[in-house]
Amino acid sequence: MQEKTPPRGRLRTEPSLAAPPGRRLFLRQLAGGAVLGAAAGAAADPLPVPDSAKQLGKPVASSPYGQPSRFEANITRRQSPGLTRTNESSIAFTPLQNLFGIITPNGLHFERDHAGLPDIDPAQHRLAVHGLVAQPKLFSMDDILRLPSVSRLHFIECGANSGMEWGNVAVPTVQFTHGMLSCAEYTGVLLSTVLDAVGVDLKRARYLLAEGADGASLTRTIPLSMALDDALLVYGQNGEMLRPENGYPLRLVVPGVQGVSSVKWLRRLELGDAPWHTREETLHYSDLMPNGISRQFTWIQEAKSVITSPSAGMTLLDKGGYYEITGLAWSGRGRIKRVDVSTDGGRSWHTARLQEPVLSKALTRFRHDWVWDGTPALLQSRCMDDTGYVQPLLRQLREVRGTRSIYHNNAIQTWQVAADGGVHNVQL
Amino acid sequence: MCSSRLLALGLWLIAASASAAPAWEALGKPLAADEIASWDIDVRPDGVGLPPGHGSVDEGQVVYDTHCASCHGTFGESTDYLALAGGVGSLGTATPQRTVGSKLDYATTLWDYINRAMPFNRSKALSVNEVYAVTAYVLNLNDILPADAVLDEHSLPQIEMPNRKGFTQAHGMMRADGKPDVRNTACMKDCLQTPPQVSSALPAGFTHQLYGEIGPHFRQFVVAAPAAAAPTPAALAASNGCLACHAAQQTRVGPAFADVARRYAAVADAPAQLRQKVRAGGSGVWGSALMPPQTTVTDAALDQILGWILAGAAAP
Repeated sequence: MQEKTPPRGRLRTEPSLAAPPGRRLFLRQLAGGAVLGAAAGAAADPLPVPDSAKQLGKPVASSPYGQPSRFEANITRRQSPGLTRTNESSIAFTPLQNLFGIITPNGLHFERDHAGLPDIDPAQHRLAVHGLVAQPKLFSMDDILRLPSVSRLHFIECGANSGMEWGNVAVPTVQFTHGMLSCAEYTGVLLSTVLDAVGVDLKRARYLLAEGADGASLTRTIPLSMALDDALLVYGQNGEMLRPENGYPLRLVVPGVQGVSSVKWLRRLELGDAPWHTREETLHYSDLMPNGISRQFTWIQEAKSVITSPSAGMTLLDKGGYYEITGLAWSGRGRIKRVDVSTDGGRSWHTARLQEPVLSKALTRFRHDWVWDGTPALLQSRCMDDTGYVQPLLRQLREVRGTRSIYHNNAIQTWQVAADGGVHNVQL
Repeated sequence: MCSSRLLALGLWLIAASASAAPAWEALGKPLAADEIASWDIDVRPDGVGLPPGHGSVDEGQVVYDTHCASCHGTFGESTDYLALAGGVGSLGTATPQRTVGSKLDYATTLWDYINRAMPFNRSKALSVNEVYAVTAYVLNLNDILPADAVLDEHSLPQIEMPNRKGFTQAHGMMRADGKPDVRNTACMKDCLQTPPQVSSALPAGFTHQLYGEIGPHFRQFVVAAPAAAAPTPAALAASNGCLACHAAQQTRVGPAFADVARRYAAVADAPAQLRQKVRAGGSGVWGSALMPPQTTVTDAALDQILGWILAGAAAP
């Protein structure tokens, strides 16, 4: 039932100057049809031959570590003005509106630091593993790179992603509503491999404490069940070493779990029999309910999706016509099973195409063909994961959790397309 | 081949039956208890991890005024940075305040965090006794400890925080197979009783005032890219192909630009002569290699390139 491949173009058996009926109909539907008509008319200037075709280009390796084209200089991470009091304990959001596919380029992976960005020499860096283990050990980076390795694609989403929007619309674009979200191919060692190497005491150990080498020595409690399942000690990201802002030279990645648990600049793991109740699991990163009680250890990121194009802040160039609706879906509980798209604010829904690969606890790219009729529209996406869970409405979340919990807002997002082509962030 | 397969199978069986630890398990250096002590700073709610030490509220005030008050406020009341005091009873209201006194369930968390992460710009600068003292002072600011209190590793875990019972783990987000708290359905048509109404949007002008011009946040190729800075003569030499045969200081297929500059140093109309040679091409002046006629380079670019060559072709 689910269409997994895009519609194919038709192959013509013989050339024909006349557009076939379907083609003519399609052209009429385009508001830009006037432009196309002019191009097909008589008195058009010949296309200029670009300078690039008349010149010798730069030598190879002009930029030994390649950079994006200078015309892409605006495609950057950004801070949200006024969100944080310092630039060291702060957040830079991924520009989801600019990205294709499911992989976040390393230079655009979102960055959340709690005490600034440390500059760590991998030759000096060590990982200590101790506590309820048979043999406490200190690992150099050379040791870790010699351990049996795996590569996995996973998303990392901050628990506070979309947290500014619990009460009302607060930010202007998908970069700021959903940009504490990235996805990469991570390479490293299964945490269970390292726990084997130290002989974890499976009778007594229930949790481990992960600690970073930054000024905050950020600490989080990880349940041993997750540590032994699919948690990774990561040094590689998209084929190269981690970037400093993403934990160079070593970080934890706990798939499907809120980003703060994937401790960066990891230098210590301690096995214990009780959780630590660190500052980042009590004062913050706990979800305040309307009755004043906070849900603690809200680790899992539930299923969520968002349309990245068209999205707020964009302007649709043609007032009507074909637009591809595309976006991202993900679930901390497993695979995305289906994504539906609505263009009428949730009255009716259409199942979108899912781009392979569709991987567990990774971003999934979806696409849907849309012919805009030029009247105001309300775009939404709604995902379902392989547990059967359906992404909720903001209203449904508020009924249970109120508007003050900050974390884990996975509601359906609405973008309003105005008649003038402007796209805006709205809530229904 | 058959025998080597048998051999491989045999070796695998031996390895499997011995169930010996894989060789990689030997990686990593054994770590002694006294080695890890300087890193093992975490403190649990039951007090495990607290080092011996003590500090009074009075001592803590001195530490606080020196290291903490500039951000957190004289009485821990700052709203610019994190407020440390107040807010007890506010968590269930429309304006919850998350402070040490209102939110933490254990006082050990406060000690642990100050010890590992504060002061913000110079973490781990406080002594153990200073951490006990300033912890006592912040708890006094929250009316949790009296003004004459002294804290140590035994008394700190005994403190009952106001929000001790303010947390729950009865929710579905601790496990991948936990039960969700909301249930939406995947309705496909006629899903709404009433037409959708926009209930919230950004006020007019808000985005521009706070975020500035956000047009550049989007990739729109129809908008002309900002004009690039005028290229340098060296860049013009590169983009016009001069550097395929010439280099600034070394003789390659053609002469080094520096040698050209030396030869023409005393020639009055050097630019005009060179312009003609470049346009016409030729060989024999610097050797037998042929310089093809250069017709595509613009006059303006050629003048810039020649000026740069005659000045010695310095690196940009």
